[in-house]
Amino acid sequence: MPENTKESAQAGTVISVRDLRVQYGEREILHGINFDVEHAQTLVILGGSGSGKSTLLRTLVGLEKPSAGQVWMKGQDLAKTSRAEMDEIRKKIGMSFQGGALFGSMTVGENVALPLREHTNLEDSTIEIIVRLKLDQVGLAGFEYYMPSELSGGMKKRAAVARALAMDPEILFFDEPSAGLDPIIAAGIDHLILQLKRAFHMTVIVVTHELASAFLIADRMVLIDKGQIVAIGTTEEMRSSTHPRVRQFLDRVPEPEVSQELDYLQMLTEDSRGTGRMAGWRRGA
Amino acid sequence: MMEFVAQVGETVTDCLAYVGALATLVTRASYYAFVAPFQGKNSRWPGAVSQAMAVGVRALPILSLITFFIGLILALQSAYELRKLGALTYVASAVAVSMSRELGPLITAILVIGRSGSAFAAEIGTMRVTEEIDALETMAIEPVDFLVTPKFLAMIVMMPCLTMWANSMGILGGSLFGVAQADFTWVRYIRSSLDALYLRDITTGLIKSVMFGITITAVGCHEGFSTGGGAEEIGRSTTQAVVISIFMVIAVDLVFTALFFFAGER
Repeated sequence: MPENTKESAQAGTVISVRDLRVQYGEREILHGINFDVEHAQTLVILGGSGSGKSTLLRTLVGLEKPSAGQVWMKGQDLAKTSRAEMDEIRKKIGMSFQGGALFGSMTVGENVALPLREHTNLEDSTIEIIVRLKLDQVGLAGFEYYMPSELSGGMKKRAAVARALAMDPEILFFDEPSAGLDPIIAAGIDHLILQLKRAFHMTVIVVTHELASAFLIADRMVLIDKGQIVAIGTTEEMRSSTHPRVRQFLDRVPEPEVSQELDYLQMLTEDSRGTGRMAGWRRGA
Repeated sequence: MMEFVAQVGETVTDCLAYVGALATLVTRASYYAFVAPFQGKNSRWPGAVSQAMAVGVRALPILSLITFFIGLILALQSAYELRKLGALTYVASAVAVSMSRELGPLITAILVIGRSGSAFAAEIGTMRVTEEIDALETMAIEPVDFLVTPKFLAMIVMMPCLTMWANSMGILGGSLFGVAQADFTWVRYIRSSLDALYLRDITTGLIKSVMFGITITAVGCHEGFSTGGGAEEIGRSTTQAVVISIFMVIAVDLVFTALFFFAGER
């Protein structure tokens, strides 16, 4: 692990993770994770299924509590924040969930408007304009009166991004943005992430196991395996890495048979089982 | 033997923990309903109106039909005994009192459990499974505030209304028998029903109905929130919500009936 220990308090560091451990019951999922994310940087968290990458993302946004270690976001230790302080932090972040997580009983427009209605005193007419603007940014102009069930998978993800953008967040989180999408739509989502980064200088954190997409959007990458960081560095550093585990992941070499208790291919095909409480449903997503 | 005692102990603590969780949920929902709006947070009344439509207004047709039949059945059953005493005119008061004190609130509660308690559990359970609850949290929107509070407000307003309606429809059902078989006229039947009722009969029923509404909301929402992963879990929590709600409503009914009984004795 190079270059990640000392500069935590430095200006420009938006997120610092220090010796982070997360447990589900007795089972420890993350065993001491350390990394930093700089302002306006795109960090891609790579890892196989069951590696703990989704748990890491959920911990970063405060959905899971660390059992040890700290997550510092904009200088605040998440574990020590009060509910009100946490809410203030959360108003500055946006998260796009794997399946979109749009509210099925509301139209797309109402979904995007929800954080604005809850947290601001803006007039309805202003909110309407912002909603149209955000939907236009993700290429969904004119879809505000559609119900989420009427949208395709890729459009749902775009709508979810529009909702995540509603409050003009400083940090944007993506959980498996291209999972379950065909290559063209997935490329569209990658393109959208790049656009957002360039246009708004947002800090973006993406969890994925899609290599092509990862190398396209990342400034820096973290490879997680079995709850530990295997490698961290820029895309070039990753490409030229000689670490056997990195090479195996990047060159898509299957796990040698009978050598491990878990078959790697099986791990890859059985999507993220056991990485979160919600893991079961993701098979269909 | 020790094993049996341990088992009993475990069951008791589980039950207490469950009731505790329900109480916490009710406390938080009431905080967001009645305190938070005065601290500058959004009021949930607009959301409660649409919930009230679903919980209350849309239940009216089926509730009317059921309680009309129940009133008629009550009249028939009480007439069976009263006829032997030649006291058929007491049918009106028997129906009126038993509807408003007990059956009105109870039948309403059972119907609302089937229509709305199950729907609460399924709705929140689905949102849990599709990460919508997580999405609310990452948007700094408290799920209890956003999801439970409107249901809670709708229930405590609509349950007494539905119960009043159920009482009236029951009395109407009884009057059908009264007019057809017991030489009442419509007006005389309604008048003797009203004569038989004390205000206390109606208010105890209404107080119970509010308690039932709180119980049904708490159980339905709690089961929804505790849904695990997977579609089959939603079915499980919906079933659980209905079964537990029915049990809890009957238990609450017993407690309050006993309370009113002993309070009325003095």
